[in-house]
Amino acid sequence: MYTQSLNTAVQRDGAEEDPQKLAAFQAKIDREEKIEPNDWMPAAYRKTLIRQISQHAHSEIVGMLPEGNWITRAPSLKRKAALLAKVQDEGGHGLYLYSAAETLGISREEMVEQLHTGKAKYSSIFNYPTLNWADVGAVGWLVDGAAIMNQIPLCRCSYGPYARAMIRICKEESFHQRQGYELLLTMMKGSEDQRQMVQDAVNRLWWPALMMFGPSDKDSVNTADSMRWKIKRFTNDELRQKFVDATVPQAEVLGITLPDPDLRFDEESGHYVYGEPNWEEFYNSIKGNGICNKQRLKDRVKAHTDGAWVREAALAYARKERERREAGKQAAE
Amino acid sequence: MSEQHTPLWEVFIRSRNGMSHRHAGSIHAADAEMALQAARDVYTRRGEGLSIWVVPSAAIIASDPSEKDMMFEPTGDKIYRHPTFYEIPEEVGNM
Ligand SMILES: [Fe+2]
Ligand SMILES: [Fe+2]
Repeated sequence: MYTQSLNTAVQRDGAEEDPQKLAAFQAKIDREEKIEPNDWMPAAYRKTLIRQISQHAHSEIVGMLPEGNWITRAPSLKRKAALLAKVQDEGGHGLYLYSAAETLGISREEMVEQLHTGKAKYSSIFNYPTLNWADVGAVGWLVDGAAIMNQIPLCRCSYGPYARAMIRICKEESFHQRQGYELLLTMMKGSEDQRQMVQDAVNRLWWPALMMFGPSDKDSVNTADSMRWKIKRFTNDELRQKFVDATVPQAEVLGITLPDPDLRFDEESGHYVYGEPNWEEFYNSIKGNGICNKQRLKDRVKAHTDGAWVREAALAYARKERERREAGKQAAE
Repeated sequence: MSEQHTPLWEVFIRSRNGMSHRHAGSIHAADAEMALQAARDVYTRRGEGLSIWVVPSAAIIASDPSEKDMMFEPTGDKIYRHPTFYEIPEEVGNM
């Protein structure tokens, strides 16, 4: 973005921040004013945002793979058009977010390299396979549903470019969730086999969807800083609870069960009580040992390397055109 | 080998006639033509615009936020530039 030129003097890690600047920065955030790219910000704020926004972008891009898997096998033209549009949206979301991260002084190429070398993480959910057509519906309903819960508060994030990207993204997410839920509703009206496919997909994706909110509050690092800086507005567990409360009644309408024997409504608190996710599985997937981690990265790297000649050719053509124009100008003088 | 960087462009979109172009975001593209096409795909998938401008990001000159006070404060105390500074008798009505 146009703002990068002033962003070159990033402070090194651990460097002491000017206490006066730090106080002014926090006061601005407390007044709910946005921080814009060229404004002064503590190095740790910048670093946290680069990490969070780039990993968010990577998640959108890798997230295209499990659903893209079904585009050629969609059961009707209507479903195929919807799925294509959704996957294209996710690509767009990745691009909005990469742009937002770039305003903080990291290049697109650097971020892509961090993803491809495994240095940067992406959401654990995309390391699960999409085994049957109902998975496409369950992903839309549960995965995009969880993403929406996460993303709505981010629209008020203190960093302007991130907040603006999130507003744009949130406007598009509602279609993603609704097309998924409608797909499942349609299958539930079909044969017994189709109903079983829906139940099977939900059984496999329910827990991974809950894990999308990240580790439990008692185990999660960085939350305090992010809350103080108003990057985060709710804790992981608060968001997870909101998601469970919103989703359980939708499961009832759909006519399926959720694979949690501890799940029950608690009259006193007005919330659903749910069981403990398998955190070992979560950390495994984050560390790169989930079911599809290797496949996902392999596919991403292949798409990128296969496209290298196109990027090179486009740049060579642009250079040639520029030279031709300049030669023409000189000749005319 | 580290990859050559693809240039960055700022995207401005006119949502409908009668409105001015507004900054929508940015895009990477090798040249202006590809930047326009990429901007169309990324920023107007749902009828968000009728016209797009793309501008090389490097061509934009931005004011420095640390000089914000020097730039903009001088207008802060010029309240006589606003209509409410002038008192008009009520019987005159709207003016
Ligand atoms: Fe998305
Ligand atoms: Fe989505």
